[in-house]
Amino acid sequence: METSHNLSDSPGELPAAMLETATAAGDWILILPVIIALMAGALLLVLRHSRGYQSGFAILAVLAIIIVEIDLFWRVLETGPLAMTMGNWLPPFGITFVADLMGAGFALAASVVTLVVLVFFQAEIVPREQRHGFYPLVLLLLAGVTGAFLTGDLFNLYVWFEVMLISSFGLMIIGGRKIQLDGAVKYGFLNFLATTFFLVGLGYIYGLTGTLNMADISLVVPAADAGAMTAIAALFLLAFGMKAAAFPVNAWLPASYHTPDAAVSALFAGLLTKVGVYALLRIMIALLPASRDILDPVLTAIAVSTLLIAPLGALAQTNLRRALGFLVIGGIGAVFAGMALPTIVGVAGAIFYAFHSILTMSALYLVAGLIERVTQATDTRHMGGVYAASSPISIMFLILIFGAAGLPPFLGFWPKLLLAQGAIENSDWLILFAVLANSILTSIAGTRLWAHIFWRPGREGKFSEQKNDQLRRLSPLEKWAAQGSAIALVGIIVLVGLFPNLVFTSAGISAQDLLSTQRYIDAVGIEVTP
Amino acid sequence: MRTVIFKTIAPALTAIMVVFSVFVLLRGHNEPGGGFIGGLIAASAVAIYGIAVGVEEVRRAMRVDPISVAGFGVFIAAFAGLLSLGQSVPYLTGLWAYFEIGGSKITVSTPLVFDVGVYLAVVGTISAIALALEEDEEGK
Repeated sequence: METSHNLSDSPGELPAAMLETATAAGDWILILPVIIALMAGALLLVLRHSRGYQSGFAILAVLAIIIVEIDLFWRVLETGPLAMTMGNWLPPFGITFVADLMGAGFALAASVVTLVVLVFFQAEIVPREQRHGFYPLVLLLLAGVTGAFLTGDLFNLYVWFEVMLISSFGLMIIGGRKIQLDGAVKYGFLNFLATTFFLVGLGYIYGLTGTLNMADISLVVPAADAGAMTAIAALFLLAFGMKAAAFPVNAWLPASYHTPDAAVSALFAGLLTKVGVYALLRIMIALLPASRDILDPVLTAIAVSTLLIAPLGALAQTNLRRALGFLVIGGIGAVFAGMALPTIVGVAGAIFYAFHSILTMSALYLVAGLIERVTQATDTRHMGGVYAASSPISIMFLILIFGAAGLPPFLGFWPKLLLAQGAIENSDWLILFAVLANSILTSIAGTRLWAHIFWRPGREGKFSEQKNDQLRRLSPLEKWAAQGSAIALVGIIVLVGLFPNLVFTSAGISAQDLLSTQRYIDAVGIEVTP
Repeated sequence: MRTVIFKTIAPALTAIMVVFSVFVLLRGHNEPGGGFIGGLIAASAVAIYGIAVGVEEVRRAMRVDPISVAGFGVFIAAFAGLLSLGQSVPYLTGLWAYFEIGGSKITVSTPLVFDVGVYLAVVGTISAIALALEEDEEGK
């Protein structure tokens, strides 16, 4: 029995199609997060009728992914971007996975959030027969998100978006209540539309440059037609703007995120919009920088309007989780502001903000889930008196609201600082004003929620001065699983906020790698053809 | 739809289509065919059988829930890529082995394992959808 690699022994008439260099087994840490998530998800799908094991197995799988991703993150931090092209094909032809610091960092944050959500879900009240569909879908969602963060190929990015979209559909309708189907239709239709725009853009870019490999695109694009490239960039901006829920294409997010269970909406708030933002950062800053410069006024307009309008939307809402949906959108505006400030400080601010937003928004939704359990209501008008009922919940909520608004010393302050500094560097006073106004408006919206849910003794109306008689105590399971996991996540957020040096350094390096793609291209190993 | 002719022909048709789908799967690597198209043929066989004899009967005949088949397919496909671990090559690299049995050359490769995974994933997904749609129709 002889073993040989496909085509490597073929005669030399054709140019080389395969890589000649050996791949170290250690490089496999790049692919392992996606593989573990995919295989564990598939296995749980097969075994979805054997209850009992599901949650433990899923949690173990996500733990393994976190360990691999920590390893990957350190390695990328120390030695620069890491790439692997599937099937040993030469890079522009094979599908490349690349971990740069931004991708590895986001992937790590995403899997940490997933772990917390899995623990939180143990306390969710979901019918048993629908419960076991949850774990495979969460793992497949994580596979999609991680794949999107780590892929170095635009078409492959599309595939991971689809994986993510399909599993998020399934997650959104677990439980099968009418309001969930309503939310899923809005969410699904608009996201399918965005995916179609993405696909059309892919077709154009392949037709014009002949490649879909990100490293290759950034080499070829300077020679391509600038006008056509800008049209493609605009198409991508529309597609990912919809995915990220930037103003004016944000309507689906507040209409759908409050419909599923709190655990599921926390997962969505942390992961889904951030993948859209990540794709935009990659495409606008690294792949099509010349088109970004032309689209700069558009980006500024989106950033400013999203930053200002989102917290106003939050102010107008009475449904707690709908209001939080607008805070998620406000964060997207901050990332767009960073994209409109193409210096290292501005882009680093955008990357840092996206990282902060993954953690903070998930935690906010988890705390919202706890509040809904304690008050047995989803509308803030029917809430009140939680301050006296549960101090952990009130402390967590306040910390997260301050973090989302960007008040020191919490995590959200540092990226806002970078964004403000970037705006001053670029003398972009409009963005500076919007970033600062967003902080003030978000604090007003957040403290309004705080006042209604926590400070007011009773429900709105004639009961407002009486003790809220609808409050219930958390069951021991809810206390340990749900409240405990939320406390753990908030603890991480507070710690990272107090010691932000590592994130600062990483965001700086990530921004550098986005603005000058040389290290990325070298890692992929594409040779420049004259 | 359940005429005598169709009910008599359907089982034979189903058997032929499933065998043919395996043939298409196996010839797939360098010739037209492969896991995806083979899976589609097998799934259409399941759908035809379902129209002829009813969804309940098909589910009993399949023994395994189609969704589980699909999940197993994804698992096998991902596993096929792992086989190249430890060979100093990237994930999903095709490894080939040749055997001589009775004068004919038999080729075994990891892309074939991958293709079997694709086949199962497609069979499982499409039959699950087809059976669910047929069930809806029966309910009316």
